[in-house]
Amino acid sequence: MLTVILKRLLIAIPSLIGVVIVTFLLTRALPGDPAAYFAGPAATKEAIQEVRVKLGLDKSLPRQFMRYVADLAKGDLGQSLTTGQPVVTEIRNRLPASAELTLLGLIVSVAIAIPLGIFAAVKPNSWIDHTCRVMTTAGVSLPVFFTGLILVYVFYYLLGWAPAPLGRLDIFFSPPPPVTGFYLIDSAVAGNVETFRAALNQLFLPAVTLGIFSLAPIARMTRASMLAVLASDFVRTARASGLTPFTVVVTYAFRNAMLPVVTTLGMVFSFLLGANVLVEKVFAWPGIGSYAVEALIASDFAPVQGFVLTMAIMYVLLNLAIDVLYGVIDPRVRLEG
Amino acid sequence: MSEAALPKQGVHSSGLAATLKHARYIIGENPVTGFAFALFVLIVFAALLGPHIVPYDPLASNTAMALKPPSRAHWFGTDQLGRDVFSRVIAATRLDFIIAVFSVALVFLMGGLAGVAAGFFGGWTDRIVSRIADTIMAFPLFVLAMGIVAALGNTVQNIIIATAIVNFPLYARIARTEANVRREAGFVQAARLSGNGETRILLTQILPNIMPIMIVQMSLTMGYAILNAAGLSFIGLGVRPPDAEWGIMVAEGAAFMVSGEWWIAFFPGLVLMIAVFCFNLLGDGLRDIVDPQRRT
Amino acid sequence: MSGGLPMSNHPPVPLLDIKDLTVEFSTRRGIVRAVQNIDLQVAKGETVGIVGESGSGKSVTSFAVMRILDRAGRIAEGSVTFSGIDVRAADDSQMRDLRGREMSMIFQNPRAALNPIRKVGVQIEDVLRQHAQADSDAITSKAIEILDQVRIARPRERYHAYPFELSGGMCQRVVIALALACKPQLLIADEPTTGLDVTTQKTVMDLVTELTRERGMSTILITHDLGLAAVYCDRVVVMEKGHVVESAVSAAIFKAPAHPYTRKLMRATPRPGVGLRDLLPEEALPADEPLFRHARPCAGHPGLGNDTKDVDGRDKPGHDSEPLLVVEKLVKEYPRRGLTTSLSKLFQRGPAPEPDVFRAVDGISFTIARGESVGLVGESGCGKSTTSMMVMRLIDTTDGAIRFGGDDIGAIPAKEFATLPLRKRIQMVFQDPTDSLNPRFTAARAIADPILRLGDVRGRNAVRARCEELAAQVGLPVELLDRFPHQLSGGQKARVGIARAIALNPDLIILDEPTAALDVSVQAVVLNLLQDLKDTLGMSYLFVSHDLNVVRLLCDRVIVMQAGRIVEQGATGRVLFAPEAQYTRDLLAAIPHPPV
Repeated sequence: MLTVILKRLLIAIPSLIGVVIVTFLLTRALPGDPAAYFAGPAATKEAIQEVRVKLGLDKSLPRQFMRYVADLAKGDLGQSLTTGQPVVTEIRNRLPASAELTLLGLIVSVAIAIPLGIFAAVKPNSWIDHTCRVMTTAGVSLPVFFTGLILVYVFYYLLGWAPAPLGRLDIFFSPPPPVTGFYLIDSAVAGNVETFRAALNQLFLPAVTLGIFSLAPIARMTRASMLAVLASDFVRTARASGLTPFTVVVTYAFRNAMLPVVTTLGMVFSFLLGANVLVEKVFAWPGIGSYAVEALIASDFAPVQGFVLTMAIMYVLLNLAIDVLYGVIDPRVRLEG
Repeated sequence: MSEAALPKQGVHSSGLAATLKHARYIIGENPVTGFAFALFVLIVFAALLGPHIVPYDPLASNTAMALKPPSRAHWFGTDQLGRDVFSRVIAATRLDFIIAVFSVALVFLMGGLAGVAAGFFGGWTDRIVSRIADTIMAFPLFVLAMGIVAALGNTVQNIIIATAIVNFPLYARIARTEANVRREAGFVQAARLSGNGETRILLTQILPNIMPIMIVQMSLTMGYAILNAAGLSFIGLGVRPPDAEWGIMVAEGAAFMVSGEWWIAFFPGLVLMIAVFCFNLLGDGLRDIVDPQRRT
Repeated sequence: MSGGLPMSNHPPVPLLDIKDLTVEFSTRRGIVRAVQNIDLQVAKGETVGIVGESGSGKSVTSFAVMRILDRAGRIAEGSVTFSGIDVRAADDSQMRDLRGREMSMIFQNPRAALNPIRKVGVQIEDVLRQHAQADSDAITSKAIEILDQVRIARPRERYHAYPFELSGGMCQRVVIALALACKPQLLIADEPTTGLDVTTQKTVMDLVTELTRERGMSTILITHDLGLAAVYCDRVVVMEKGHVVESAVSAAIFKAPAHPYTRKLMRATPRPGVGLRDLLPEEALPADEPLFRHARPCAGHPGLGNDTKDVDGRDKPGHDSEPLLVVEKLVKEYPRRGLTTSLSKLFQRGPAPEPDVFRAVDGISFTIARGESVGLVGESGCGKSTTSMMVMRLIDTTDGAIRFGGDDIGAIPAKEFATLPLRKRIQMVFQDPTDSLNPRFTAARAIADPILRLGDVRGRNAVRARCEELAAQVGLPVELLDRFPHQLSGGQKARVGIARAIALNPDLIILDEPTAALDVSVQAVVLNLLQDLKDTLGMSYLFVSHDLNVVRLLCDRVIVMQAGRIVEQGATGRVLFAPEAQYTRDLLAAIPHPPV
């Protein structure tokens, strides 16, 4: 098992190198003079020249790249023009907010999508199958920011059940003492029930929005792969051996059907991390997505670059985790490597 | 090659006729696909004629009429500047449609050709194409699109390019797989025995067999391309106000959602959703026509 | 043949009694009756064979007995009674108790029949536990015992194996172990050895026979292979298009088949002592059939079919001593799996246990004379297909020479060979007629392809005329020329493939298992066609096959390959009737023959 993880790590290295190269190229592809860009719109010629030297933009491209990599190794992603803060600090502070939201969204969607897909496959053409089919086709067509706004309108404006879509915690509450950075966990650790409920209230709508968004691909894949597995030879063998439908579906079909679903999770994460940006904007969520959006509007490129890099590294690591999970389920990967 | 004309003609005419017959059968069997196709025609119609048939100038503001709810005069209400939401939604079809069509056409050319070459020739071509695709896939796609538009500049053209780039791996991989499984297929080997060179085999044997699958993919990614573009303009990239585009219209209306003026964001969002839904249904229907075995 | 069970031992009531059974499937084109009004009885301890070609409804019958038809299928009429229980009326839990404990099933493609991600021992335990055959503390040792009973060596280790770690024959033993774990009364074997090599087939079938006989079980053997049914069954039931056409004791049915369909099937099965012509149905023999226009008495002596053609006017060497094809010390090596190996090398210190290359073909030499047809025989993985691909110049050689009409074509890279004029002199008929036709080309376009590229016929009408001439030659009705592959039957597609191969009047045609995907009656026709074409056109054949019986019919000489090497070659009669190599003897002994 350890060798599988090591091998996957080795395979992840080229991806990481690619990610670093692409983010580097993105800065250098900026239209016009990057130095002028980084110096800000009001800078004088001298100031621009100063920035150029400071950033090493007067050197050759490979030299610039070496310097970029060296800075990365030191954990230096540059500074934000608008806030003056180092990008790394801001991303580190804001990352838990994004991670908490994304993970909760994923949990919501997996908890609904997988049972839905299984029941739809086990009982084809039943009402649950039709529900599943409508939800999957409609689900992939829903713009995530639109879903979020509709939920806000219904649950906040019309019904008043949800708090105003303004961040992680109502202003009357103070954040729990940071342990993990996740408000739900931190407040639970601190034993603060009130804060926990307040944080959950704030999280609920954005997490459901993300959940609805990622539900469709998971449910669709679960249903399709479950259908394929149920029609396979070994399920027929299991049925011909007189095993109960429960054993056939759960022990024989389900674990096999999960293999393609786990693979799909990679794609789902890709969508989730992107959708996260939009949901953060809708709910004024203080995560790295809204940080990047604010910087984009201010033409402040260093935070955007730091954000893209952070997201990509997180995504590579998530894919690594998915590969390991796949290896746990599938002995063929585990044993043959 | 005049001598090739006769049998080739036979291929096309009867092949097309058979496909049309099959298409009629599918639409008859599956009214949803028929419905999606009708919707598609409507979208194309709106994209072509939209700005000429709408009741109001989509850009003309009229502060006296600001923030009016839907009425007989303004079907979808008016926005904070008193512009008619209905006219803006219809007029926006053209821009969104153009973005989707151009980005999909671009990625079809880039990804499709690169993938087919990689799958068919293998070796270095394959390694390079796969590496590029893997690198793009290492990013969350929307995030990469944000980065590309931010770097290349905030224009509609760059939204098209970014959308095409993030879809590249999908097309390249599908085309690669399809070309690869056919590379050693019996009929391709037979073509080699018949004296066809590799390039000719690629063009006459492999490509025609892959095209239907790629066309289905194009239909399916049209929806994604529109969503992607709308998402980018929702966060302020690409399309600039006062231009009408569904994503930016939802963004403009977002602030009014919490104060109850729901229609400003609702209608563009709804139409966006319907358009994407239509492309997805159409893609599923086309897939049924092309590949009846892969029905879900 | 029929086992040691005297008829008097049969109880008056059969174990399984199928009466008037009709099975329907609802499809998109409406209701299809897969099985219609069939009657079938299986007595206790009896082995019954159900024989039929594809689509005859033989598997559907067995699924109906087990009541594991898929969702679209249902028993529409009739009754199935299994040891007094009405299977059609039984409730689900009753059926579950029957399945696996009283009647069980083994399937075609054993690897797919096992859960790929569950240890085989645990899969056996699942069945034992379901039917309460062992206490939970004894269950593992029981499973190991059962693995031992199906002759799996080192059962204690294999208990922990996953299906992908076992060979096909080994997987089939595990499937048998699953089926026999609870000592059922009836075993249904659905094409249990299709896809396995003939020697593996024999060991698997012998094992099944031994185990079922030991326990006094009844068996239903479903197969398309008459020979297999003849060797292993007491009684044979012949099915055609959902109907039972004949049912008799197996010794009788082969001696005196009553139904015309059985007779046709019998005749078409290649078996010792029978010539090519004997495979065809009697009524097809009259000479007005276009197929047999050029029919000659079953000839095929080397040298007899001496070059009479010279359509292309190409230089024809006289009676020189050099054969048409000379293969010398031919070698093909493949690297072992790329990334995985290099990575594992990174992790494992010390020398790699295996060499980096795998020798698929290991220094073989043979010749083919003009007009001669040579069989290349061996089991899967022996290197016969690799050899044919190299001779065909579709893949490059690693070492050795291939001389064709004096030229060393082995030295020409495969990529360049495609456009050389030499290309048209070596052609091929492929294994799978469906796969070898471009789905977007009509039959005419497929046949015309080599003519357009390499032929000297020019002009639309001339090409069309040539296609029609070729179609007539292979017995393909001209009106089918404008159809697409999916509109043609398997036999028709095979004819298109053959027409394409002979379109350029090649000197050598490689036949790569040309009939493996065809039903036995179609195979008979195609084999005869190939023989006629050779007699008419004087080509040489290299016939690649796993089936010695088929090779015997068509070939002057036979080459037997095993693990990349030639173990024996010689005149067909000599190799088949007085084999020198032990491997050839094993191969011959493993082929099941119907009594002639």
